[in-house]
Amino acid sequence: MNDMRLTERGVETKQIKMKARGVEVFYGDTHAIKSVDVDIEDHTVTAFIGPSGCGKSTFLRCLNRMNDTIDICRVTGDIHLDGEDIYDPRIDPVQLRAKVGMVFQKPNPFPKSIYDNVAYGPKIHGLARTKAELDEIVEKSLRRAAIWNEVKDRLDAPGTGLSGGQQQRLCIARAVATGPEVLLMDEPCSALDPIATAQVEELIDELRQSYSVVIVTHSMQQAARVSQKTAFFHLGTLVEFGETSKIFTNPEDPRTESYITGRIG
Amino acid sequence: MTLLAFMILAALAVSGFLLNRSAALAIQAGGTRTHSLAYFHGLYALLSVLVPVFVVICVYLVLKTPVINGMVIGGLPDGVLDDMSAGQVDLVLATIQSITRGQTFGTPPDWQLAAAERLTSLYAGADLLMVVVVAALSAVILFFVRRQVAAEFRARQAAERIVHGLMVACSLVAILTTVGIVFALVYEAYRFFEMVPVMDFLFGTRWEPQIPIRADQVAAVGAFGWLPVILGTVVIGTVAMLIATPIGLLTAIYLNEFAPKSVRAVVKPVLEILSGVPTVVYGFFAILVVAPALRGTGADLGIAVSSNTALAAGGVMGIMLIPFISSFADDALTAVPRSLRDGSLALGATRGETMLKVLFPAAIPGIVGGILLAVSRAIGETMIVVMAAGLIARMTINPLDSVTTVTVQIVTLLIGDTAFDNPKTLAAFALGLMLFILTLGINILALRIVRKYREIYD
Ligand SMILES: Nc1ncnc2c1ncn2[C@@H]1O[C@H](COP(=O)(O)OP(=O)(O)OP(=O)(O)O)[C@@H](O)[C@H]1O
Ligand SMILES: [Mg+2]
Repeated sequence: MNDMRLTERGVETKQIKMKARGVEVFYGDTHAIKSVDVDIEDHTVTAFIGPSGCGKSTFLRCLNRMNDTIDICRVTGDIHLDGEDIYDPRIDPVQLRAKVGMVFQKPNPFPKSIYDNVAYGPKIHGLARTKAELDEIVEKSLRRAAIWNEVKDRLDAPGTGLSGGQQQRLCIARAVATGPEVLLMDEPCSALDPIATAQVEELIDELRQSYSVVIVTHSMQQAARVSQKTAFFHLGTLVEFGETSKIFTNPEDPRTESYITGRIG
Repeated sequence: MTLLAFMILAALAVSGFLLNRSAALAIQAGGTRTHSLAYFHGLYALLSVLVPVFVVICVYLVLKTPVINGMVIGGLPDGVLDDMSAGQVDLVLATIQSITRGQTFGTPPDWQLAAAERLTSLYAGADLLMVVVVAALSAVILFFVRRQVAAEFRARQAAERIVHGLMVACSLVAILTTVGIVFALVYEAYRFFEMVPVMDFLFGTRWEPQIPIRADQVAAVGAFGWLPVILGTVVIGTVAMLIATPIGLLTAIYLNEFAPKSVRAVVKPVLEILSGVPTVVYGFFAILVVAPALRGTGADLGIAVSSNTALAAGGVMGIMLIPFISSFADDALTAVPRSLRDGSLALGATRGETMLKVLFPAAIPGIVGGILLAVSRAIGETMIVVMAAGLIARMTINPLDSVTTVTVQIVTLLIGDTAFDNPKTLAAFALGLMLFILTLGINILALRIVRKYREIYD
């Protein structure tokens, strides 16, 4: 990280997109997340790092209320999106998820055609009035996910027939197509080869122009490469949260330092 | 006597086990490592004695009666069997057998008494011989097997080979039975088609399976066109599927995605009970509840409803098939990976949209397979239709009419007088063959679809 960019980033004042305060998550009796405060800024890539089982995915799922689909899971605390409490009873989780999209660790394309995979979200949310509009959204999303050239000749082929890396980019295109404001990515590159990983990272950087992106990753290098903010979780607590460059060069907490240098995890 | 043979066999087999095991243990105690564990040496001895001798006993039990009967009949004095048909010879044999049980009518002729005595002594001799053979054979095998015990003898492989052979034999039983059934069906159907032209059967529209009792009886010449019968099956099957498919699928969807845990905990077992109800009971239900209700409703509306209707039989059959379809669909829906469900929900789809657009389409092949299996059950179902559908074959597709089905006709054709030499009874086999081909086709199709569907996710 060079210092020039560092200071540049420092002066940029960004709007806070999502704000979490005192979030606690329980799976039955297991206390998985303990009092976490995080601010997710707009037009920023925020990385969640930490040893396996520390609660990164759990916290990520709080941000679009996907934890609601797990019966035994209970979430308390405040999470705001643009100043609105997303756990407010008046908020419809379905609409929230249209605004806060998610890409999963394992590519999960629907057993439908490539076109229908991408068109799924826009169709449900009525984003296109005509077929031409829908075509345009599909093409744009596939282009943004850097997969258009590979699939443009076989949009009718099943999405499940693509390679793992292509499937993951298809899933990113699918998430992008609904026009979310925040994109959550849970280890999006764990199934990808270095080339596809590089493509996805490039994509994440590009997505930052329009969205705020949260990415969970096990790769320190990846976190350092793509993110501006980094949050380090350990045993369900948020140990340290700050500028990526600071976390990686000059961490305050000894646990962060030992994790980054490979001593815990 | 047979019991004694089995006891001898068991005793020798077990002692073979103990003998060989202790022999192997003795070798091990001498400091030599044996190739197989002592237990396998014992097992090898046990199986080597048990399997062949058991087969010998079974063969003896199967052959005993026909062979001895043949010997008795063959040993009758010349002349007594002259000019007798096969049936009459059987009658003589039965008389002789009843004499051995002490049941005589009047004074039987001397040759019958002599034959009866011969029969008794043959049976006693055969049983004794069998016990001796079993004991000797077991002992001989035991002797040779005992000599095989050695450090390098691969008893484990040998025992596994025997077990392997047993498994092959067991699976052969199922295969051979199927082949036998198909062969019998085809053979009898062939005899039927010698008397009734195939074309008349396949394309005839009249089903009146009578045969003239006297040669000059013109009026009662039967007609064997199966179309009205299969049409009845199709009508009842359609009614059943029209009821079972939507209800079963909606039940499965509700249980799988929307039902609270408490509801699921009640409904699932109830459905299982429903699928455990014997079909006879469904038949009662059809006659005693559904049919009168239909007739009453029909009378109120001014529609003539006959007392046996395709609607009553098909409707009850549909209820019978609901748990079948719903459990199949439930399994298919559950087999759709959770990641697809999450993927859809994370895009902001509602649970309804997720079910309708992702889960259900993904599960369709499995569901279709289940529905096809239900169809073949509907076609083959006998008891409900025997009780609740009619007997008269009619070319009609009106579900308020009385119709008959293939299975009902098979039952009625074979009830009572069953001489297998006239088209009336043989027609049952022709119908059975057609039914078999039909359900086989549907099942193959269903299994294909189900298998293809498994491939997608495994
Ligand atoms: N569905 C669930 N039911 C019960 N416990 C769960 C569930 N999901 C996660 N947990 C528990 O919550 C804790 C945090 O899990 P989580 O999946 O968030 O970890 P993670 O940081 O994402 O780990 P990884 O890096 O391996 O993905 C773990 O102790 C885990 O056992
Ligand atoms: Mg995780």
